[in-house]
Amino acid sequence: MTVPTTVTAPARASAGNDVLLEVRDLRTYFHVLDGTVKAVDGVSFSVRRGQTIGLVGESGCGKSVTALTIMRLLDIPPAEIASGEIIFEGRDLLTLSEDEMRHVRGNDIAMIFQEPMTSLNPVYTVGDQIAEAVMLHQRLSKKEAWNKAIESLRAVGINNPERRVKQYPHELSGGMRQRVMIAMALSCDPKLLIADEPTTALDVTIQAQILELIKDVQDRTGTALMLITHDLGVVAETVHDVLVMYAGRIVETGTVEDVLLAPKHPYTEGLLRSIPSRGMKGQRLNVIKGTVPNPFNMPKGCNFAPRCPYAFAPCAEYDPRIEEANPPDVACWLYTPAPGSPIPPRIRPRRPVEVGA
Amino acid sequence: MIRYIVRRLLGAIPVLFGLSIVLFAFVHLLPGDPCSAILGQHRTEEACARLRANLGLDDPLTVQYLRYLGSLLRGDLGASVINNKPFLDEFLVRFPGTIELTLGALVFAVGLGIPLGRLAARHAQSWLDGVVTAISLFGISIPVFVLGLVLVVVFGVGLGWLPTQGRIDARLRFESVTNFMLIDTLLAGRPDLFVDAVRHLILPSIALGSIPLAIITRITRASVIEVSHEDYVRTARAKGLTERRVDERHIMRNAWLPVTTVIGLQVGGLLAGAVLTETVFVWNGVGRWVVDAIGNRDLTIVQSTILVFALIFLVVNLIVDIGYAFLNPRIRYA
Repeated sequence: MTVPTTVTAPARASAGNDVLLEVRDLRTYFHVLDGTVKAVDGVSFSVRRGQTIGLVGESGCGKSVTALTIMRLLDIPPAEIASGEIIFEGRDLLTLSEDEMRHVRGNDIAMIFQEPMTSLNPVYTVGDQIAEAVMLHQRLSKKEAWNKAIESLRAVGINNPERRVKQYPHELSGGMRQRVMIAMALSCDPKLLIADEPTTALDVTIQAQILELIKDVQDRTGTALMLITHDLGVVAETVHDVLVMYAGRIVETGTVEDVLLAPKHPYTEGLLRSIPSRGMKGQRLNVIKGTVPNPFNMPKGCNFAPRCPYAFAPCAEYDPRIEEANPPDVACWLYTPAPGSPIPPRIRPRRPVEVGA
Repeated sequence: MIRYIVRRLLGAIPVLFGLSIVLFAFVHLLPGDPCSAILGQHRTEEACARLRANLGLDDPLTVQYLRYLGSLLRGDLGASVINNKPFLDEFLVRFPGTIELTLGALVFAVGLGIPLGRLAARHAQSWLDGVVTAISLFGISIPVFVLGLVLVVVFGVGLGWLPTQGRIDARLRFESVTNFMLIDTLLAGRPDLFVDAVRHLILPSIALGSIPLAIITRITRASVIEVSHEDYVRTARAKGLTERRVDERHIMRNAWLPVTTVIGLQVGGLLAGAVLTETVFVWNGVGRWVVDAIGNRDLTIVQSTILVFALIFLVVNLIVDIGYAFLNPRIRYA
């Protein structure tokens, strides 16, 4: 197993000691009845202190599993972390004991989940649930933790927190509950906040508010943010750097401007083209042809080749790896000479793509 | 909350009213002649006619029912047609025995069922889970009286570990105050007798508790497994809580909800099962009394016992529902 030394372009560009999280060649497999699903299949990236990165891809591409692996929240078995390192502040989280890992969870790394409706425990007040984490990690008394809970609710823009703190989750709306989740996640001043589709289950207007809130608290507290989403609009508004995932791999990285305005990977390009835009009324939506490959039977070469409009000979034979590219910002034979392939790459520059065009 | 309780109690009235009609009809449809039962060999047509007139059995059924209902409303549950003793007096003497047995069975079923269910859930799909499932399948399949007899034969007669008859050693004499053996023995200052009473309680409790044990085990297992997959359990883990705290505070607290309801519903089954269990273990309670009453065609006793049991069942489930409100804040009784 080769451990790539290079990481994402943005991380390298500012190489220094401010790297907070570095994931190296992470592989998370699920052993199920029908075989093995390689949900995360050799993912490497890093997050600097205070950085915001977006992890983008369609459902089932391994985004959430990547996050849950970092938090070590997967049930093992059926999950297996087959290889990799997750270096957080110099320590490999995968080698920590369960006890040590608990001090990281909720304290150093906090997580917000997709479903605010079901992510809070129905039988406890929101105050109880926030105070629980505070008491655990900050060793505060019950009273102090309760006050801290009120403060956290105030900090996420909840009116009348003294009253809300005593309410049960079912008394709050979805947007309000997501605010509570954010308050809970931020209550212990984490260094990294992982938000897994935090706005997907919410109304569009509430989505905007929650995104605004996440950006706002991120600015205020300086916590690093890893935003997982399938929504490129959310990414465009919220993050600086983007990782695009496809079938368990990172296929493209770069600043949000590079990736969204001038994507390299045909998959990213397809994603952008499939966003509905104004002036498209009455036309069919653009889609990426074909379907996500069967996880039990991945194509031999590039995972995206069967759906790729630019696929050429090496794509069916050789598996492109992002860390072998130069610069390592895209996993595609259009940009990198295929090893041992007599066919030269069709080196293409970044070029602008019009959304929905 | 008070309003809810009052409403629930008021809601019990039509249930009891309906039950009184069913019971009345049922008793009058039963084959058998009260004359023969009461007069026995002294039965003559003349005596029988006099008795029927005295008991009002010649009146139309509606008149008989209204008379019955009237006495119920006055709190008069009737008297034995055999010895004319008031139902309530006799019932209250025997009921503590049934309560003791029912509570014993409940302690056995809940005390063992919940840990077993949690164990099976934690090791779901393993051999341990299989063993627990097999035990509960056994418990639910075997009739109370069969299990009772097997326990008597094995642990009483065969091994001689535990007594199999009565509530306390019949040779011992002491004053009964409350008719609860476990309380009376302590009131009498006789811990040795208390131990004896507990020993008498063990086998009947196991026999009676086997079905509730099976049900509680399975419900606990299913409930714990279901709750374990809830998003909020993942949230709790993501907070960095210990597995133990996640288990007790976040999983069990929610898993309790369906288990509580089922425990309440089991009380009905326990009261019914007590009839059989008391017969097998010669246990001096309401159940055995009712079996005797059925044999003697002493229908007032049967009728009133069923009515009182139904009332108890309603009250227990009301208590469970109120308890449920404390466990589950989503329930608002307004």
